[in-house]
Amino acid sequence: MEIDPFIFRFSIFILSIFVGYYVVWSVTPSLHTPLMSVTNAISSVIIVGAIIAALASSSNDIFGTSNIFGFLAIVLAAVNIFGGFLVTQRMLQMYKKKKKDKK
Amino acid sequence: MISPNLSAIFYLISGILFILALRGLSSPETSRQGNFFGILGMIIAIMVTFLTVGNFSTAMNYVLLFLVIGGAIGAFIAFKIPMTAMPELVAGFHSLVGLAAVFVAISAFLNPQAFNLGSSGNIKLASLIEMSIGAAVGAITFSGSIIAFLKLRGIMSGSPIIFIGQHLLNLLLGIFIIVLIYFLCKTQSESFFWGMIVTSFLIGILLIIPIGGADMPVVISMLNSYSGWAAAGIGFTLENTALIITGALVGSSGAILSYIMCKGMNRSFFSVILGGFGGDTTISKEKQKDQKPVKSGNAEDAAFLLKNASSVIIVPGYGMAVAQAQHALREMVDTLKKNDIKVSYAVHPVAGRMPGHMNVLLAEANVPYDEVFELDDINNDFANTDVAFVIGANDVTNPVAKTDPQSPIYGMPVLDVEKCKSVLFVKRSLSPGYAGVDNELFYRENTMMLFADAKKMTEDIVKNI
Repeated sequence: MEIDPFIFRFSIFILSIFVGYYVVWSVTPSLHTPLMSVTNAISSVIIVGAIIAALASSSNDIFGTSNIFGFLAIVLAAVNIFGGFLVTQRMLQMYKKKKKDKK
Repeated sequence: MISPNLSAIFYLISGILFILALRGLSSPETSRQGNFFGILGMIIAIMVTFLTVGNFSTAMNYVLLFLVIGGAIGAFIAFKIPMTAMPELVAGFHSLVGLAAVFVAISAFLNPQAFNLGSSGNIKLASLIEMSIGAAVGAITFSGSIIAFLKLRGIMSGSPIIFIGQHLLNLLLGIFIIVLIYFLCKTQSESFFWGMIVTSFLIGILLIIPIGGADMPVVISMLNSYSGWAAAGIGFTLENTALIITGALVGSSGAILSYIMCKGMNRSFFSVILGGFGGDTTISKEKQKDQKPVKSGNAEDAAFLLKNASSVIIVPGYGMAVAQAQHALREMVDTLKKNDIKVSYAVHPVAGRMPGHMNVLLAEANVPYDEVFELDDINNDFANTDVAFVIGANDVTNPVAKTDPQSPIYGMPVLDVEKCKSVLFVKRSLSPGYAGVDNELFYRENTMMLFADAKKMTEDIVKNI
């Protein structure tokens, strides 16, 4: 009997939890706030689903109910993607210009 | 346009780039590169999706339009937001991820053909369960984050809202959601789907309202975790590796942060979730009656003490950020350093309103990150230090946490500031902190209270050094 593809995805999921566990423990505590904002940004990769939903149409009806939900989700996810990455960048920038007058 | 196999490979690549983005945060030097990997991963995921769908009709124009609108709003917020407001911002962003997950689940439910999930009214059972979980967790994340946002923003009171039978109600609603999902799978009827979503919104609100302001760092981390699980649920529905990997990463990241925050406050995760702690109302009144002698001083006294010290540890708290005193503080430290005084900063895990918040606020004030130390790394140094300068912090310095098993904060790891030769405590009054506990440090022999606004006091000290 063939293995259900779900099991493969589930394996990826479980392995990713482990990867996440070890990667996140190695994040320095002083960068925990950027960690939150960047995880916020990457979880907006859900925009992939939103795009599929928005573009799925029988060409004459681009504003069917399911498409509208797709468009709305695109806006929400886009706010998050741009906002999340940019605010992270802004914070990390502040950690940069250190190493100043050390005598 | 491109084959499903090829696009799956690309999604895997963007998943790996997201892992590298988090990996980069292990040190400030590599962090900006990490963020770049994250952005690259996102661009790849979006591009591949466009190519896979391969529909470049007018709908595509609208997709780009909405992308630009959302992006502009996001960019505007990212540049405008003050660093003190990061907790609210993150809570707000979580709510958007949650709502987006709900919307994607709704579209998948209404138009399953587009996602290869079967046809309307005849959706594959596994997909139905996956999208229900994604939608339910997304809805909880959304409404929960909204409440957290309102509490952090001060629009809603930080005190816990508790009523009888609250936990029972939550439990019943949770069971109700599972029952609805069961019937949804059985009948494929739309009304169960909507009912499930509405109930989830409701439970999200009910879960967060009993949690007090002091526990908000845990709540934000927890919602961070939820938003990840919601994304993973949708990832299973869409059979998309990038989403599954990301969801798992974010989910475990949020869970770890919640754990760290709970540990920082010595609270069990369950006692935080069940709520009822750390409101504005829990201040015990009788304790304020016994007036103990307090030594107070002015900026001149403080400047004198600091000038004659050879080592100083600064203990900043959220009060410093509220008073916007971080820049004045850094100026003071610069002056001290010119006098060959060794200065370092001690940051408690829960100083601030979210994990790592205080570090960002100090970084914003140009404090070099290698002068900022975590609790465990610096706690032994207090005994060999001349002056501890506590500014805007309170509970995290309270020795009661080590001595009085009756105290609500007993067992919480605290900074041993009382071991310093002298302690300067900048505070507006003797009022207790967030946890509602009187700080016995105020009445110690070697403590000098500086009653003033943190910013003004710091500026005055600079003038007097």
